[in-house]
Parts: sequence; C-alpha cells; structure tokens
Amino acid sequence: MRVEIKEIKKYFGDVRANDGINFQLESGNIYGILGENGAGKSTLMKILSGYQSQDSGDILLDDKAILFDSPAAGLFAGIGMLYQDPLDFPPFNILENYLLGKSKNINLNFSSAAKQVSALADQYGFEVDIKAEINTLSLGERQQLELVRLLAEGAQLLILDEPTTGISAEQKEQLFTSMRRMAYDEKKIIVLVSHKLDEIQELCDHAFVLRKGKLVGQSEVPCPNERLVEMMFGSLPTRRERHPSVHDEVMLEIKDLKVATYRIQIDGISFTVNKGEVLGLAGLEGSGQGLLLRACAGLEEIDGGEIIVDGEIINDQEYHQRRENDVAFMGSGRLEEGLITGMTLTEHMVLAAEEHDFVINWKQAEVETKSKINTYQVIGQSSSTADQLSGGNQQRFMFSMLRTPLKLILLENPTRGLDVRSTNWIWEQLYERRSDGTAIVFLSADLDEVVDRSDRIAVFSGGKMSRIVNANETNVDELGHLIGGQE
Amino acid sequence: MNNSELIAVLASILLQASPLMIAVMGETISERAGMINLSLDGTMLLSAMAGFIAAYETGNVWLGFLAAMIVGAFFALIIAFGTINLKQSQVAIGFVLTILGDDLSAFLGQNYTRLPGPTLGRYSVPILRDIPILGDLLFNQNVVFYIAVLLTIFVWWFLNKTQPGLQLRSVGERPEAAFARGVNVNLIRYAYSIAGGALVGFAGAAYSLAIKIGWSEGHTRGIGWIALAIVIFGGWAPIRGAFGAILFGATKTLATVLQSKFPEVSVVAFNAIPWILMIFVLLLVSNEWVEDMILKLPKRFHRPLRKFLRVSPPLALGEEFEKK
Ligand SMILES: Nc1ncnc2c1ncn2[C@@H]1O[C@H](COP(=O)(O)OP(=O)(O)OP(=O)(O)O)[C@@H](O)[C@H]1O
Ligand SMILES: [Mg+2]
Repeated sequence: MRVEIKEIKKYFGDVRANDGINFQLESGNIYGILGENGAGKSTLMKILSGYQSQDSGDILLDDKAILFDSPAAGLFAGIGMLYQDPLDFPPFNILENYLLGKSKNINLNFSSAAKQVSALADQYGFEVDIKAEINTLSLGERQQLELVRLLAEGAQLLILDEPTTGISAEQKEQLFTSMRRMAYDEKKIIVLVSHKLDEIQELCDHAFVLRKGKLVGQSEVPCPNERLVEMMFGSLPTRRERHPSVHDEVMLEIKDLKVATYRIQIDGISFTVNKGEVLGLAGLEGSGQGLLLRACAGLEEIDGGEIIVDGEIINDQEYHQRRENDVAFMGSGRLEEGLITGMTLTEHMVLAAEEHDFVINWKQAEVETKSKINTYQVIGQSSSTADQLSGGNQQRFMFSMLRTPLKLILLENPTRGLDVRSTNWIWEQLYERRSDGTAIVFLSADLDEVVDRSDRIAVFSGGKMSRIVNANETNVDELGHLIGGQE
Repeated sequence: MNNSELIAVLASILLQASPLMIAVMGETISERAGMINLSLDGTMLLSAMAGFIAAYETGNVWLGFLAAMIVGAFFALIIAFGTINLKQSQVAIGFVLTILGDDLSAFLGQNYTRLPGPTLGRYSVPILRDIPILGDLLFNQNVVFYIAVLLTIFVWWFLNKTQPGLQLRSVGERPEAAFARGVNVNLIRYAYSIAGGALVGFAGAAYSLAIKIGWSEGHTRGIGWIALAIVIFGGWAPIRGAFGAILFGATKTLATVLQSKFPEVSVVAFNAIPWILMIFVLLLVSNEWVEDMILKLPKRFHRPLRKFLRVSPPLALGEEFEKK
C-alpha cells in the first residue's frame, strides 16, 4: 500500500488547521507525526481516516484518488484510526462494541465474535475479558480493543493519535511491540502522533513535523532530539534551571489518613509538605494517589486521620470552603470537571471569580478575561466556548483561572497532552507561585515529569505509600521499581 | 376473595397495564436512540380520539389503530424534524405538542363523545387456555394484551440481539462514535422516533378501542406522563419497563381495594401509592449501597445483578448530532 497526501487544506473559520500539506507513506514503515499543540496533527489524521473531510487537496491510495464520507468507508479501504479518546461505547460490552456496524446480518453472532476477538488478542498479546463492559476497562485496554477491531476489519494503514497518554509503561511496551510486528512482519503502515520525542525516536523510522498547519520538516529517526525540537518550535526553547524554594514552615500536614472506596483504600498515610515545596505522587493509575489528592481537595470523604493546611484542620470543610480558603484543585478530565462545555471563557472567568456581585458587569469581565487570555497565551477569544479550544489551550485556560495567592495547589496530570514548550511554561507559572509560600502536590502518569519537577516524591502502589524520596536522589528506573511494589 | 376472583383481578391488572406497556416500548426505542418524545400525553389523547373516529366511521377497528399510529408517527416526525433539522430543543417541542394534542383532541372529537363504536375483543388461545390458572390469566385475554407481551419480547430481542438494535443503541449512547462506524445517525433517529411515535399512537387507540372503550374529552389524560415515568423507572430497558407498567397497574388496583376498605381516607392519598413506590424503588436502585451489596455476593453474580439493578439513561439522550 502507498498513500500520498497532496495539498490538504482544512480551515475552521480563520484557523488554518491544515494549510497545504504533502507527504507520502509506504508499506512496512512506522511514521511519527510531531508538532506543538494546535499544529494540526489530529485534523490531518482525521481527514486521512475519513472522520472529517478536507476543504481541498487529495488523498491518493495506490495512485487512486479517494474521498471517504465516514471513517467506516476509510476502514473499508484499509485505513483505520485509533482516536486519542477511543471512539467506543462505554455502556456496551466488548462483543457488542466489536460487532457494531460490522456486518449486515440482522442477527448478532456473539460466539463467533468472541472467537475472533480472543484469537486476535492472543495474537498481539493483549489480555481481554470478553464479557466485560467497556466502562469498566482502563484506557489502555480500550485502545487495545479498538486496535483489535481495526485489525479484524483488515486495516492496512493504522493511525494512532497520542496512544500513550494515560496508559501504563507496561501497556506501552506491549503496544510498541505489536506495532513493530504489524509494520515489519505484516507490512502495514503505522502512523504515530505523539508529543513525546523519546517515543518517536524509539519506535519510528521517519518523522514528519507540522507547525501552524504546514509540514515544516521531516527526518529519518533516530536523529538528535534537538533537530526535531527545532523544527517543531522554530527555535530551541531553553529550559530554565529549577531552583528549589522550600521554606521552613509546614503548609500541608497529613496525619494517619484513611480513605476507603469500593475500589481501593489508603490507610495510615502521614507526611508533611512545606511552604514552597513541590511534592510529586507517582504510581500506576488507581494506586491511591488520586484518592489522596481528592481527599485533600474535599472531593472524597475521609474515614480517619487529619488534613491540616497552614495549621488549620480542614477535615470538616467542604470542597467549596476549602476553595475559599485557598486550596485549589485541578482534575485530569478537563471537560468533565474543570470546564463547562458550551460556556464562554468570559462566563468561566465570572464563575471562578473570588467575589460575586449579583448583577454581572460583563464589560469588565470581558476586559479581565482578555487580559488573562493574553498572559496565559490561550489561543482563543473571550467569546469562544470551552470545547472549541484545542486540548493544550484548555489546559492553559484552566491555569489562568487559578487565584493568587493560594496556599495549596493540587493537580492531576497537569500537563497531559501538552507539548514540550507549553509544559515548561505551565511549570514556570507554578514555580513562580512558590515565593508566596504556595505548596504544590501533583500526580502524573509521566515518571519523567515527576522526577524533573518535584522536590520530593511519594510513591504509591496498591493503596500503600511506600516512602518519600528526594527527587534529586532518584531516577526513573528506581521509581519504576518502587511503583511495582519492590522496595 | 376466592381463587377465581383473584385470578380475575390479576387478569384485569395485566389488561389495564397492556396499553401502558405498548406506549412504554414506543418511548423506550425512541429514547434509546437519543430522542425524547415528551409529547406522549398529547399524542395518546389525539390518537385515542383519531383511532376511535376512524374505527367508528369505517366500522373497522384495525383502520382505527392504523389512523392512531399515523397520528402518533406524525407527532414524532414533527419532533424529529424540529430537533434534527431545525436544531430546536426536544423538550420544548415535545411540551408544546403535549398541549396541542390535548386541545386538538378535545376540539376535533367533540361530536364523537360517548358513542358506541367497534371494539377489539377477547381471544382465547386454543389448548393453552385450558392450563389451570395460567390459562385464565394469560391466554383468555384481550388481543391488546397479546400484542403488548409479544411487542415487549420483540423489542427486547431487537435491542439486544440484532445488528439494527445495536445500531439504534449506539446512536443514543455516542453518536459521533456511531458515525465513525458507518451508522447513519440522523436517519436512524428519524426512523425510531417515528416507529416509537406510531407505537404510542397504537397505545392511545388501545384505550378507546379496547380498554376504556369510546371517546370523551380528556379520555386518557395523564397516562402519557405515567408512561414517560415508567420508561425511566424501567431504566430504558423493555422487560423492566413492562414490569414497571404491570407494577403500576397492580398498585393502582391495590389503591382501589384499599379505598373501598377505608372509605374515610381521601382518594388522593391512595392514588399517590404507585408514585411513592416508584420513587422508593428508584432511590433504592440508584443508591451507592446497591454496589456495596453486589460486591459482597459471589463474583459470578456481579455482572447480571449490576445489569439488572443499575440504571443509567442513554448517554446522548436529547443531544443533537452534527457531522463535522
Ligand atoms: N472542530 C473544530 N472547530 C474549530 N476549530 C478547530 C476544530 N478542530 C480543530 N480546530 C482548531 O484547529 C487547530 C488544529 O487542531 P488539531 O486538533 O489538529 O491540533 P493538534 O496538532 O492535534 O493539537 P494537540 O497537540 O493539542 O492535540 C487548533 O487551533 C484547533 O483549535
Ligand atoms: Mg490532537
């Protein structure tokens, strides 16, 4: 199979998401697509897979121009895409999800579907519990199932849009192994969209770099990281040296904390975080670190122990009271928890404001919103709705709504899906707050981030906090062992 | 109360519940596809009236049912067009149609009130009717009862065991993902809105032609809202919905019995029983401790129990879908 992309253009209003992109893909290769947030990667991939249609330009498949009216048509022609948020059906069980749209027969043949899914899963080393419902699976498992489905439909070109955000290191290894196998043994084409240079270097044969809707460069990989970064951002963003700024006084003290849910419980957790300190929480998803954060934020009821912020026991305070008292929380799900789909940025700002007048002064609110948008470099208007922003910009905007000063900031995956530059920028903003004595506690699925950004690190595994280590005395490998529960 | 009396009461509960079951099936398939048809009360009134007049004028009950289904389908079509093409709110249009249907039925049916017309009667199923107890309860019933039961089974089978049923559910849960699988979301929404509306229309005529024979102003008023509530109570599942309808009928009958026993208590108090019971069950089912309780049982019961007890509306209920 040979795919040729010719002069693809796609505009959303004034935004040139794709602005005349050309390249070619050949069988038996793994390609990487790189680019900063909003560069147009997802848009291009959605066009290639048939989810969106281009404004102009052609896609040639073995020299024949094709135009898909839906991803199903794309898949029929052999192009399958794994979307960043898998397009599956949470309330369905695995077989229903697999069978949907698969055949024209009236009757659903569950038993043969079960055989097919099991066989393919075995073939690629995935583990699936055929009877499970989708909403009980982890993101990694859902991705594997989507892959199985695409392969079963005979996809020859597989597109994976940021498949490694939110899955464990083990699942990632497995995914990479199967991707290599598809490309090199089965001669398929694999396209990987990612922000993580290391992954592209490790897995891909060739990388394309997009910037502002244009293809600005390409390279055989592995190649020096600097080369890719320079193509992505124009110039090399320098990462400023991080100076710890830990004060002597304690800001957050946790004493013998116990929180139990039906999935997991944490018990007997005690530690302190000083003013100006950054504590990173590491661990596989759902090992108790999230529970701890949410308990501190007042989103999870505690069953014992004490949470003390700046000398005050806040056990009995509700989430909103804690917010009033300068404890801020930012969850992983931007559109589920942080932002309100369909509300404009100005409206968000008004809601987040410290003081509320009964009658809203919209003019002033808009001026303030515009200035925040400016300082936080959010690409969007004060009248855009939250869901119109690209992922990275949603994140920036959420940060712009945090008040100053704050005593404690609690963050879940603060830079999920952000490009290198945005990530650095966000952390600089956070570090600046430390001079006010703000303490920061965050969890991240990205171990590099935990090691790079924290002063100290607490490792969780199966609801237990193993111990707290100094960030400059550890490395990703050691953390990996601790996370696996090995001392 | 002796045995045959008890059987007669139970049989009447089933009969009374039958049109409600049909309306619940209609609304269930519509809502599972993501389309709320809030106009049930008005639709049923108008179709009860239209069904009666058509049957009265032609002398044929089935033409009456046909007319009623057309009326129901037409109202559903208005909602589908208004929401899918004109992007209006499903709730708003449904609400307006409720009132419109009510008023229109009163106006158009005013010359047909309290007239005798053709009716759909009882049918005894040969052989099966001779089974003791069950025969009288289930196989010596009005035709509407058989239709309701067969329809319930059919809808269950269709939703859970067929490809079109799976597609129907997919557009109600995640239309953008359904689109990605090659499902024509809006076409399917049109189709099942209309089919659901036709069933609601049929249910309306089942009253005027079989259960509460004849026509008078406000003939079925309130039933549509009850059906809407039972769809929720039934967790958007056909079998549970059918049980909900029967349970509702049973508590209604219970209320009547209690009322004759305690004439000093206000009627209103007894009429509230079914509702209180429903709220109680809903609270029970949506409570966290149900999950705790399930987890205490052996593992192999977890899934079926959760499936049976846990209730959640279709994820994209009432949401519009637009291709990018
Ligand atoms: N449906 C849409 N409506 C309006 N603008 C859109 C839409 N989809 C994408 N855009 C805009 O097009 C640009 C490119 O978006 P795209 O999602 O392709 O970026 P990306 O490279 O995938 O970024 P990220 O790394 O953040 O995922 C962004 O500025 C985005 O805001
Ligand atoms: Mg993207």
